[in-house]
Amino acid sequence: MMDTRVTVKSQDGVEGMDPNNATETAPVFRTRDLAVYYGDFRAVRDVNIEIRGQDITAFIGPSGCGKSTVLRCFDRMNDLSPSARVDGTVEYHGIDLYGKDVDAVEVRRRVGMVFQKPNPVPKSIYDNLAFGPRLNGIKKKAELDEIVESSLKRAALWDEVKDRLKASAMGLSGGQQQRLCIARCIAVKPDVILMDEPCSALDPIATARIEDLMQEIKQDFTIIIVTHNMQQAARVSDRTAFFTTEVNPESDRRTGVLVEFDDTQKIFSNPGDDRTEAYVTGRFG
Amino acid sequence: MALATPASHGASTAASLTTELTGSKRDVRGRAVEAVLLATLALSLLILVALVVNLVQRAWPVLSGRLGDFLSSGLDASNAAEAGVWQAIRGTLTLAVIVAIVSFPLGIACAVFLEEYAGKSFFARLIRINVRNLAGVPSIVYGILGLTIFVKFADGITGGRTVISGGLALAVLVLPVVIITASEALRAVPQSIREGAYGVGATKWETVRSHVLPSAAPGILTGTVLALSRAAGEAAPLLLVGGITGLLRTGDQGLWEQITKGGFTSMPVAIFSYARQTGADFQAVTGAASLILLILVVLINALAIWLRNRFEKRW
Repeated sequence: MMDTRVTVKSQDGVEGMDPNNATETAPVFRTRDLAVYYGDFRAVRDVNIEIRGQDITAFIGPSGCGKSTVLRCFDRMNDLSPSARVDGTVEYHGIDLYGKDVDAVEVRRRVGMVFQKPNPVPKSIYDNLAFGPRLNGIKKKAELDEIVESSLKRAALWDEVKDRLKASAMGLSGGQQQRLCIARCIAVKPDVILMDEPCSALDPIATARIEDLMQEIKQDFTIIIVTHNMQQAARVSDRTAFFTTEVNPESDRRTGVLVEFDDTQKIFSNPGDDRTEAYVTGRFG
Repeated sequence: MALATPASHGASTAASLTTELTGSKRDVRGRAVEAVLLATLALSLLILVALVVNLVQRAWPVLSGRLGDFLSSGLDASNAAEAGVWQAIRGTLTLAVIVAIVSFPLGIACAVFLEEYAGKSFFARLIRINVRNLAGVPSIVYGILGLTIFVKFADGITGGRTVISGGLALAVLVLPVVIITASEALRAVPQSIREGAYGVGATKWETVRSHVLPSAAPGILTGTVLALSRAAGEAAPLLLVGGITGLLRTGDQGLWEQITKGGFTSMPVAIFSYARQTGADFQAVTGAASLILLILVVLINALAIWLRNRFEKRW
């Protein structure tokens, strides 16, 4: 489809990274011929992509193109749908995520996820944040307090909630709840944060705050964001993958495919594929 | 063309527009439906009010004459002047406690397994259907079951015809109701809540314990309240399991002895027992006992709802 590796290297050169340093250039995720099935329905096929560390990568494309499905392979969230089946390989720092002895729970402690709808638990703000660290065996109150405070600060929520940490998280506004969910993710100190349309339920002001937040935390985390909003992808991401659907003429079923993956600027100004151009200029989708 | 349409519509004069907008094209069918719905509601309430009024009327001689005495006297179906509900109230409350202790944890555990762990296999579906069927089994059948299992077979543990056997029979009776309502509450928890827990690396049990159960708690509690009310109002299974109908002598037994060895009665059983007697004085006793059962059930519900609200506010 495209030679992502070449672009990765040239990009690294531009940013002044040392190309000989393997830890800098090795991708965080690499998929090979990734396909996901729900029952006998193939949702997405032949995805070959490399996700670089400390980047914000955006997945864009029309509904049903499989971008969320691919995202959910990176933390094995697809395991939760009993009918889902994954073909091909997904490597995380060179380890096959779907390998035999890989524990999905351990994967998710390193690869956190923020969802489309803010999903705090009906507990206090504090308990929402302390949940993850407690799972990791942190019990000391002082330590938990510190994590809660620093996570909330990183998620730009501390000033708004510091006086009511014991109040219910359900009392927060939608935008605050989503930042709480990002803070909850940060609290377990993951390596990667996956965001599945994190702003689609939020108003423009709350969306802008989340986007600012993404820029702030990107040096510490690798971020992959699925979005329906092309302007958002253009604003926040370094690299953009465009997915689309292909209709099988025989069965009339739609399967998602990865069309193009490149620097965001190139995708939006000079895409290599006609379909990408049609989509980003608003002529399709 | 497109612009011409509103213009032609606007050609109607202000006067004709007024008649159009204020015209009497009422939504007749809608109003009829509303009236019918209101009538059904009124009818239901009327029946309920009539029932309570009738009960109070019938019970008046007891309520006005010897309410305190009635509340503190024991079961006596041979002498209306001595008859009371003290033992029955205590029996019903004891039964409620046993039902709560046995059926709530068991039922909620079953529901958690069925909803969170069992998946969609044929076997799991079969069990779900059967639980639903069990909820429809007549209570007298649970009485037979209680007699066979708790009174006769497990005699050594329950002490035979004791309040423990009665409580266990009622617990089994309401178990399907608890399972079904708890299942529904668990199913109503959005998948996104589960994903939130999985997303930070929780295991299945950690997710269920910390996210799913707290989210489902209000719904589960509502279901258990319903179950408890039903248990408090059942007479049939208790009659089979050994609820005392005539005269209950507790002698000088201590509380523990009464529970593990002694006979027991309950409000519905006492009502049954008084209703069988003839004479206006026993009619009054029956009415008063019914009224007190009604109040008792309302109180149990109120307590449970209060507990639920308190529980909810903690978050």
